[in-house]
Amino acid sequence: MKKNEMQEMNGGKLIKMPKGQKKTSVKKDNPWLNNWLFLAPCLLTLALCAGWPLLKTIYFSFTDAALDSLNDFEFIGIDNFINLARDQDWWIAVKNTFVITVVAVPLETILGMMIALILHKNFKGRGWMRAIVLVPWTIPTIVSARMWAWMLNDVYGIVNELLIRVGIIDSPIPWIASNTLSIVSIILVDVWKTTPYMALLLLAGLQSLPQDCFEAAEVDSIPFRKVLMKIILPLMKPTIIVAMVFRGLETFKIFDLVYILSSGNSATATMSVFARKHLVDYADVGFGSAAATALLFFIAFLSIFYISFNRKKLNKLS
Amino acid sequence: MIKAENKWKYKRLLKNAAFAGVCLVVAACCLFPFYWAVVSSFRDGANIFSTDLWPTHLSFENYKTVFKDKTFLCSFWNSAAVATMTAFLTLAVCLFAAYPLARHRFPGRKRVLMIALGVTTLPQVAVLSGMFELIRVLDIYNEKAALVLSYMIITVPFTLWTMTNFMKSIPKEIEEAAIMDGANQRTILMKVFFPILGPATVTTGLLAFIAAWNEFLFALTFTLTNQARTVPVSLALFSGASQHEVPYGLIMAASVLVTLPLVVLVVIFQRRIISGLTVGSVKG
Repeated sequence: MKKNEMQEMNGGKLIKMPKGQKKTSVKKDNPWLNNWLFLAPCLLTLALCAGWPLLKTIYFSFTDAALDSLNDFEFIGIDNFINLARDQDWWIAVKNTFVITVVAVPLETILGMMIALILHKNFKGRGWMRAIVLVPWTIPTIVSARMWAWMLNDVYGIVNELLIRVGIIDSPIPWIASNTLSIVSIILVDVWKTTPYMALLLLAGLQSLPQDCFEAAEVDSIPFRKVLMKIILPLMKPTIIVAMVFRGLETFKIFDLVYILSSGNSATATMSVFARKHLVDYADVGFGSAAATALLFFIAFLSIFYISFNRKKLNKLS
Repeated sequence: MIKAENKWKYKRLLKNAAFAGVCLVVAACCLFPFYWAVVSSFRDGANIFSTDLWPTHLSFENYKTVFKDKTFLCSFWNSAAVATMTAFLTLAVCLFAAYPLARHRFPGRKRVLMIALGVTTLPQVAVLSGMFELIRVLDIYNEKAALVLSYMIITVPFTLWTMTNFMKSIPKEIEEAAIMDGANQRTILMKVFFPILGPATVTTGLLAFIAAWNEFLFALTFTLTNQARTVPVSLALFSGASQHEVPYGLIMAASVLVTLPLVVLVVIFQRRIISGLTVGSVKG
């Protein structure tokens, strides 16, 4: 199994069937029917829990549906979208989402790369290190949000206390109460939570690089900085870009952390929070769906980028 | 000559020390919040406000209160049930679907993988109102079934990719040998592939379990009563007698209880989880 996985990482080959040749020699099987029979439950599930709700949401965004009257609504064209474009809170949410993504993802990439390089090295206790690094990823988002909310508490929080003790600040900082700082806190916690995942992705990329490059560099006693800049980073570029886009997509949807770590006002909301607030709290399904659809458009734009990068991998699969 | 050797040794020692230092800093950053939650959870009453970095108090008062709290216990059970059901259903659906995707070439195969990839990028809010309506129609609002149904959108695409990758890694000779022995597709799948894929299935199932255990947005929206809530929701809505008095000791105790099973699982299955996480996701 292990060996196979490695082969997989190095882009193992797949059975290639010449076109027109029958799949198996067993006559009883009808390959076409069998393939789709095997796929049917999965496709049905996807259609039921992704396809239908998605289409319905887009449909709702052109109506004035309310939460308590989901069957009784009128078609109002693009009014919701016009209102959305005029809504200042929406643009604040868009800005917040962009700021969080643009700051958090590069930070995660840099720190993740650092951790990946550490884990790639062969040293005593590497297994332990790997387990420790995984811990933030394991902790449920809500739990980490609450843990950090406690640590960042302006009066009793340990973070302020430590910063004061070290002498970096004189008086406690309102990490969560202040609008600007709560964005900083959200970024901080998001980076803490997702860097491990980034590190794992980059580590997988590192391990699939031709290892003799590193050996050759070591034999020639080339300083590590040069190896990093001239060998590792150029070779890792595709992996890094894909991982960053992937993380960017995830960060764009950020909800849980913001829900807990900001005081719930519109100054710190992200697009997801905004959409849900209108959808559920204000029971305005039409307008909320319009916001969700707008978010979908942003994501779709990024997704096309992401999927086109993954195409290479898909071709490997096929 | 000797001097040069000493210098070299010294340099190497310094390098190792620096590396160990970096490792320690990284480990401290990763572990400190959880450590602090554990320490805080053992401080009762006003001791919670102590900023002593070392565990100075050892009181089980918070844990006792949490265990007496019926709502919390109920949500713990809900989370466990929903996550387990989601993991099993996801695996059942994806194991079969991954087989033709990994082993056969047929028109539409690429498209299925693309669709699955597309679904992973869907924001949860984008399906929220549609899903809400579906749940109303099926009359499962405020029930576990609603959560399992909605969680499938998160777990299925990911599991499908991971399982396809794992199944692809089985050498074709094994399949050919089975065909030579007269096995048909179903026998190959049930008697050959599934047993080989046992460990990989555990890994992906575990990942699906963790994803379902941690999910928040759907759980928050599709449940209404305390009896139906999952752990993340009840943790998020945990508040004290008054609005200004947040019972941080209790929250920390509950947080530790929720996280501990996951941390234990991840430490045990560390290697498998890493391979599962990376085999199905992005790689250049």
